[in-house]
Amino acid sequence: MIEPFVPWREIRRMEREMERMEREMDRLFESFFPRRRRFMEVEFPPMNVWTNEEGAVVTVEVPGVNPEQLEIAVVGDTLTLRGKRLADDLPEGARYQRRERFQGEFARSLQLPFTIDAERVEAQYENGILTITLPRAEADKPKRITVQAA
Amino acid sequence: MAEETRALQVREETRPAHVERARRVFAPAVDIVETHEDIWVLADMPGVNQDNVEVTLEKNVLTIRGRVQGPTLEGYTLDYAEYEGGDYERTFTLTEDIDREKIEATMKQGVLHLRLPKAGPARVRRIPVKAV
Repeated sequence: MIEPFVPWREIRRMEREMERMEREMDRLFESFFPRRRRFMEVEFPPMNVWTNEEGAVVTVEVPGVNPEQLEIAVVGDTLTLRGKRLADDLPEGARYQRRERFQGEFARSLQLPFTIDAERVEAQYENGILTITLPRAEADKPKRITVQAA
Repeated sequence: MAEETRALQVREETRPAHVERARRVFAPAVDIVETHEDIWVLADMPGVNQDNVEVTLEKNVLTIRGRVQGPTLEGYTLDYAEYEGGDYERTFTLTEDIDREKIEATMKQGVLHLRLPKAGPARVRRIPVKAV
């Protein structure tokens, strides 16, 4: 039996084929050029955001940055991180053969889906990873409303 | 770019890319600095401490490896990610004689500082030329 030509089905099939090719390309590139960062255009420093009902924990990869050079600010629902990573002083006659590591100043802001209790924010720096704990403001937490039987 | 003598070559073609025990392995970003006496390798390995780093030199192949714990946070869901967890590994080929006994490696704030002292002139083997 000849299958009737259904345009949308054709389109769907092409889409699937494109998706497959895309995955194939990703896989290929991943294996040839594994990068520390998957999303190469990500600004320095890369951040991960973890959440639960109580708040969020932001982990930041900032290796080689003196914790005193880091400045964390919290206003409302926004976290701002500023800092700098400067080149080490090189001795006379030294020259770079390769330079891949980020150098310079950075500033990043992150908006969270809740108001942060700025008073209880904590930050810790260990092995080049900055961990910022951002508790959700009490007033921002959802309230459970009991439905009263009439 | 002007052609320079490269004392330390990065082995791009052998960048590891295997999923080992369901863990990813990444090539850390590196700076390579050469001075008259030494070659310095600085590698960004956030999450790695002094005990989880390994530097090996076999023949002229230098390998740096770092193991990372996590990242998992008990009771939290990862909502947004710009970096992935995984170990670090990168391989270099040395083209210059290195004083293997004096290699120094330190981990500082998630950065590996590797000092590779060049072998002194005394260590250069002279081949006598015989007069016929």
